[in-house]
Amino acid sequence: MADISTWPDPIGVNLRSDPLSVEALAGPRRRAWKEAAIRGVFLCAAFISIVISVLIVFSLIREAWIFMTGVEWAKTWGQNGWFPRNGLYDMPTLLVSSLIVTVVAMLVAGPLGLGSAIYLSEYASRRTRSFLKPVLEVLAGVPSVVLGFFALFFISPQVIERIGRNGWLVIGAVVIVGYLAFVVTWARKLVQREAGADMATQIKRVLILTALVATALVLIWWVNDVAGSGDPESQDFFSVKRSGQLAAAAVGVGILTIPLVASVSEDALAAVPKELRNASAGLGARKMTTTVQVVLPAAVSGIVAAFIIGISRALGETMVVFMAGGAADAALFTSSPFDGGLTMTAGMASLATGTDNVVGEGLTFQSLYFVGLVLFILTLTLNVLAGRFVNRVREKY
Amino acid sequence: MAFTTIGDTNAARRVEDEIFRQGRDLKGSGFRVLVFAALGLSILILLVLLGQVLNDGWSVLSERFGDFWSGTLRSRSEDEKLGISQGLVGSFWIAVFVGVLAFPIGISAAIYLEEYAPQNWITKTLDIAIRNLAGVPSVVYGLLGLFLFVKLANDGQSSLYAGGITLAILVLPIVVITSAEAIRAVPSSLRESAYGVGATKWDVVRSQVLPFAAPGILTGTLLSLSRAVGEAAPLILVGAITGRLAPRDGSFLTLDQFDDRFTAMPIVIVGWVQESGRDDGFAAAAGAAIVVLLGLVIIMNSVAVLLRNYFEKKRG
Amino acid sequence: MVNLKPSDKSILKGMRVSPGEAPEASVSSEGDDHDEFPAEDLVFDVSALSVFYGQFRAVRDVNMLIKRNEITALIGPSGCGKSTVLRSFNRMNDLIPTARVEGNLLYRGVDLYDERVDPVEVRRRIGMVFQKPNPFPKSVYDNVAYGPRVAGRKRGLDDVVENSLRKAALWDEVKDRLRESAIGLSGGQQQRLSIARAIAVDPEVLLMDEPCSALDPIATSRIEELMEEIKDEYTILIVTHNMQQAARVSDRTAFFSVEVDESSDRRTGLLIEYATTDKLFSNPDDERTENYITGRFG
Repeated sequence: MADISTWPDPIGVNLRSDPLSVEALAGPRRRAWKEAAIRGVFLCAAFISIVISVLIVFSLIREAWIFMTGVEWAKTWGQNGWFPRNGLYDMPTLLVSSLIVTVVAMLVAGPLGLGSAIYLSEYASRRTRSFLKPVLEVLAGVPSVVLGFFALFFISPQVIERIGRNGWLVIGAVVIVGYLAFVVTWARKLVQREAGADMATQIKRVLILTALVATALVLIWWVNDVAGSGDPESQDFFSVKRSGQLAAAAVGVGILTIPLVASVSEDALAAVPKELRNASAGLGARKMTTTVQVVLPAAVSGIVAAFIIGISRALGETMVVFMAGGAADAALFTSSPFDGGLTMTAGMASLATGTDNVVGEGLTFQSLYFVGLVLFILTLTLNVLAGRFVNRVREKY
Repeated sequence: MAFTTIGDTNAARRVEDEIFRQGRDLKGSGFRVLVFAALGLSILILLVLLGQVLNDGWSVLSERFGDFWSGTLRSRSEDEKLGISQGLVGSFWIAVFVGVLAFPIGISAAIYLEEYAPQNWITKTLDIAIRNLAGVPSVVYGLLGLFLFVKLANDGQSSLYAGGITLAILVLPIVVITSAEAIRAVPSSLRESAYGVGATKWDVVRSQVLPFAAPGILTGTLLSLSRAVGEAAPLILVGAITGRLAPRDGSFLTLDQFDDRFTAMPIVIVGWVQESGRDDGFAAAAGAAIVVLLGLVIIMNSVAVLLRNYFEKKRG
Repeated sequence: MVNLKPSDKSILKGMRVSPGEAPEASVSSEGDDHDEFPAEDLVFDVSALSVFYGQFRAVRDVNMLIKRNEITALIGPSGCGKSTVLRSFNRMNDLIPTARVEGNLLYRGVDLYDERVDPVEVRRRIGMVFQKPNPFPKSVYDNVAYGPRVAGRKRGLDDVVENSLRKAALWDEVKDRLRESAIGLSGGQQQRLSIARAIAVDPEVLLMDEPCSALDPIATSRIEELMEEIKDEYTILIVTHNMQQAARVSDRTAFFSVEVDESSDRRTGLLIEYATTDKLFSNPDDERTENYITGRFG
């Protein structure tokens, strides 16, 4: 058995030899080189993400610039539809459809996602949670083409058309009444609590209130507009039967967004310290009171972030609208969810399919990148905003 | 602020109300039912979706099981040679591209960010870039792929490698973020004791950090692989074939198809859904293809989730 | 700052105070024989050492001379920076991005913070045992062989492992389960495994950061016995919150304390007194040391 204190050092220096010099502690140069090289490789790998970011921005701006400098701007606004192969690039057609899809999708994903998060975080036992959460994760993994299929062959005929336009109008009216009731209660609460608020808070409240009232007005206008636009004589009021409509696609997008909203909201709820819940329970508050009055307000930043991320995701979803949105490669302007239409994303996808190359009038190819740039800027803004809200939660706890 | 909510006079009155309201907490139970219904409905939707897809696709899968795997894209749904083999080949190669490109680069980037990166503006820029890339809509990656690999590099011709690289780029930020999370979970005591006996940084990464983080990294990579296999929008942008594709000679693994036109499972589904407008039989074929795709994706996801739960439990 | 070089003087004081920099540290009386040792036994020469975390100075003005084959204990109330000082001896503080060291820390005449010095090389000569037993999630054998392996040693590992485990008084207990996971060992065994792991790279110095704080009294006394047994081969520095332990095992003791800045509520550690253990516990020079060891403070 060898004595370990005498085994030759692999580096060739006897560690205990006297005298010691700085060189002996410098370590072999080869090792330093190797470590630096490995570090360099990892740094390069990390740097690729910056390269990709730059390339995305570059390719978008380059092609979009050609479009913007070459296009007749009159053809991008106030036309009756999106016909890129014929040189009509009406942006409002795509933007309004994207807005409709996003709003309807969030009406589905918001309540279902937040509700699921509240149940999982506040009510479910450990065992229930460990069983239900993976199910939600499976839903998160369903490819969007599957939702497109489902929206076209199930949601559209079985849900949207079965309830019918009038049914949906009633539902829309109920939603608006509920929303108005919420705004009124909230406004009354603010008036009651007026004392002590400083000027800035007051202004902020007035602004929020104005925004809420404006939203309500837009909603009322929208439902009224949809109600008036249909052909009252026809029972079959869906213009593009069997090929879907924006509403069905939007519900599909909403379903896709549920797991995302749920998981980000749940993170926000989980970040609320247990002490707050205990303090509330210690005051004799019931579970619901604690959840609604204490936990939700404490997690509000994170929940707002969840909704913003959800909106961004819904805005960027392509395949569901492409398959179930009820329009081929061109669309007429519409403000009704019961018509077929193209969102920004579906517009891009439909323009690129069918043939190998995007063909059409001169700027057709570039119009893809113009729409892409608009979408990129919108989603980036939303994501940065959401990041702000998430950071706010982190700073708080 | 949460404290003012509990602290104001309204809250005191509410709490008083709660104490003196005898009997069952109807409102509370109602709320509980409501939030459970939200989760229940989400799960119900998933079940209906699975049922619907199986219902539509089962006839095709059960009647002509063998042909469906080996068949190709056809113009009529009654065609006996109709099948998904080309889609499977395309998806297989896309998965290979993701595995070969996105995994090593993504994991290396995560190692850099967690183990090496100093706290400076470069690191901050890297972090911001990765976070924002993860939020970019997939269709925009398609635009990037179309510009770089089709327009610039291949003279307007779409190709399998264009699709593969585009999807590898798409999932790269996901791989980085999930791997970085797994690496962050490595206890610092492991690193310290390794440094304490004279390990270099690379020794520590190789022998302590990576083995410990491996299950988490594997989970993340599996999730991103399933995302890539299910993704359609970028492929449509780079020109995957939704219509007919000439049958190719040669086997599953011939490499010369990289330069050639291609399709993939999600694209096959999209194509058939579009065809169903003129030929109803394609809807059932699309359903069958979805059963196959969902099977692949759900298996990958379930393995990933189970793996993560297993290791979480094992480590307490 | 003038550094005493071993060649300058044949006899060094075991404790030194640089004039004007640390008036708090007491100077032992000249001619106290217990404090003197020959220069070739000098392992560490610490003077005016301060450790910073960012802008914040965690420890200031540490002056110590550490003798070969002795056990030196670092004691003091929590937050006094004794662990921080210990970790600066093998540059473990380098792992904290904001940490920074000022002053001189000479290891056998070489400045450990010279820019040419590789911390990896330092840690192979100056090993460390941590507060909590933290075996790698590998087998007992692989735990001990880890250090030699990363140092590039491939052959003779069996002997190294056996010797190290014998020295750590663990061989008899684990010789039949070398291939089993080290996680299954008891806390005391895990800590002795950590010691075996540290001595497997044949260091000259062992730094021990409260090695017994997570152990029961029986396991603690085994570790203390072990330290006595191996001190012929190693120079040992131990941080402990347990004064009895310091009194039992160490030859010299350094007492650290905290000063609190009233305005910022920042706590800075400083060395109050450094002397032979006998002297420090029986006849301390500083009132604060006396208050601490008699239990009136800390």
